[in-house]
Amino acid sequence: MLQTSKPRYGEKAIQGLLAACGILSVLTTTAIVISLLGPTLGFLEVVPIGDFLFGVEWAPQFEPPSFGVLAIVVGTLNVTFWAMLFAIPIGLGAAVYLSEYASPRVRKTVKPVLEILAGIPTVAIGIFALTFILPEIIQPLWPGEFLGGASDKPFMALAASLGIALMVVPIIASISEDAMSAVPRGLHEGAYALGATRAKVAVRVIFPAALSGIVASIVLAISRAAGETMIVVIAAGSTPNLTMNPLESVQTMTAYIATTATGDIGTGTLDYKSVFAVGTVLFVLTLVMNAISIRLARRYREVYE
Amino acid sequence: MISSRRLAVIASAAVLAAGVSACGSSDDDATGSGSDLSGSIRIDGSSTVAPLTEAVAEQFESENSGVKVTVGTSGTGGGFEKFCAGETSISDASRAIEPEEVEACEKQGISYEEVRVATDALTVVVNPENPVNCLTVEQLGAIWGPDSKISNWNEVPGLKEEYDEELALFGPGTDSGTFDYFTEEINGEEGASRKDYNNVGENDNATVTGVEGSPGGMGYFGYSFYQENEDALKALEVDGGKGCVAPSAETAQNDEYVPLSRPLFIYPSAEALEKPEVKAFVDYYLDNVNEVAEVVGFIPLTEEQLEASKDAAAKLG
Repeated sequence: MLQTSKPRYGEKAIQGLLAACGILSVLTTTAIVISLLGPTLGFLEVVPIGDFLFGVEWAPQFEPPSFGVLAIVVGTLNVTFWAMLFAIPIGLGAAVYLSEYASPRVRKTVKPVLEILAGIPTVAIGIFALTFILPEIIQPLWPGEFLGGASDKPFMALAASLGIALMVVPIIASISEDAMSAVPRGLHEGAYALGATRAKVAVRVIFPAALSGIVASIVLAISRAAGETMIVVIAAGSTPNLTMNPLESVQTMTAYIATTATGDIGTGTLDYKSVFAVGTVLFVLTLVMNAISIRLARRYREVYE
Repeated sequence: MISSRRLAVIASAAVLAAGVSACGSSDDDATGSGSDLSGSIRIDGSSTVAPLTEAVAEQFESENSGVKVTVGTSGTGGGFEKFCAGETSISDASRAIEPEEVEACEKQGISYEEVRVATDALTVVVNPENPVNCLTVEQLGAIWGPDSKISNWNEVPGLKEEYDEELALFGPGTDSGTFDYFTEEINGEEGASRKDYNNVGENDNATVTGVEGSPGGMGYFGYSFYQENEDALKALEVDGGKGCVAPSAETAQNDEYVPLSRPLFIYPSAEALEKPEVKAFVDYYLDNVNEVAEVVGFIPLTEEQLEASKDAAAKLG
């Protein structure tokens, strides 16, 4: 019978180090929650929680102030919704093309280029959205007075949405393509052997098999879109506006946090605490979204041995 | 706008460095490099004046490495509170000291002098096609007030000119000193404003393009920013009770352009001025303030005003 003669301290140390790495992220999350909680509770002592969560007007620095967070929650939803409306079809289309249709050589060139796009700093995308997408694409192409007309708008939710779409298309395309390429070769071959067309293989076989990866890519993209700050600060303006109309100027939760935290507010004031309260709402919303997505991915995943 | 002023602090440091080395004739002993001054100077007060004080302080510190200058932004009122409690050496103020504050200072035996350092002015701009040349403070209040429902120029009360164009309003971010100043003077209370205007945040350029692009456009920002965009926009004259006055460096400096121009002050205390580093700093401030003021976005003092300020500071020192 084999028996270790001496205790392996080195291995223990490495094990401990790895555990520390794992725990670090848990600790960070806990620390963030704790740092958010204090000022948030201080905020809720002054502003009734009902007024905060269900109020529809967000005007903290006006006189009299109002703290209805729904206005900027909807701002975030507005920008995210329209961004995903463009990003999901384009991203998935690119993924299907790359994994099923493109020749290996095309794939080898296109995919890295796509991933470079994901690495462009968001400030640059924001400026691009404000100075190019808005005046050169949206305003000339918009059909007249539809939804109120697009001319004379210095800022627009849709400009930010398209900028964000640019940013997240590579995320969706790249991760989904990885998932599709990982589907076992046998499934392709089997489907082709049964006489399926390329399109049928892609949509009926590969897509369901890779669904968990695809859902993961979309959820990641939504999280990035909802959490995006620079693009919306630059292109969407800073007018809190309870609307899903993509042509309006809106303020998102992240934009409020960014502009207020860098403005002239005093530490410890209600405005200061409101930044944390909004941060908490954003944190909870992303948490809920991630939980839902994990469930979704589990339920719809097709498992192949 | 405040933020652009902050950026300007960096630029002004460079300008100052160039200016000081070019003039070189500053006979003040504090500007000599390698001074052996040391200590710390606590300044607090108006967030409007802070960028100016910060810019001067930064340059002063680089020439007097032993001195540490801290500039707080508690607001003019908050600044005087600390000043009259003896906690700060200098107070930044965007208005003159009020009677209650004078009393508080007297109680603590703090004597001080009012030293004007620059002039702040806001400009109301409209589209060049707009026939309106002048608005009273009441009319501006009717347009920008918290309960305003005015959506067309022909709804503005008491307007002689006929102008049937939809109003398109542009204003700065609510965390800016410009917003606080405008709302206080026009709507009577800091932060009181209608909310359905295009909030351009700190991007004053968006106001320029917005007002330029819509016939009924209207917006406001610092006078110095208007100077850079004079061709694209029309500045409205403002009637603060004594007739229409156009915004200009002169009307702002001699306090005719009311209420949208105001003097900015620093209040050094006599006690603090006994310390050589504070004395050196105040002298340095007045020697350089006009150069910095322009870069930071304020209107500089006239020669006479600058002399008056120097005299005031000398009275204490």
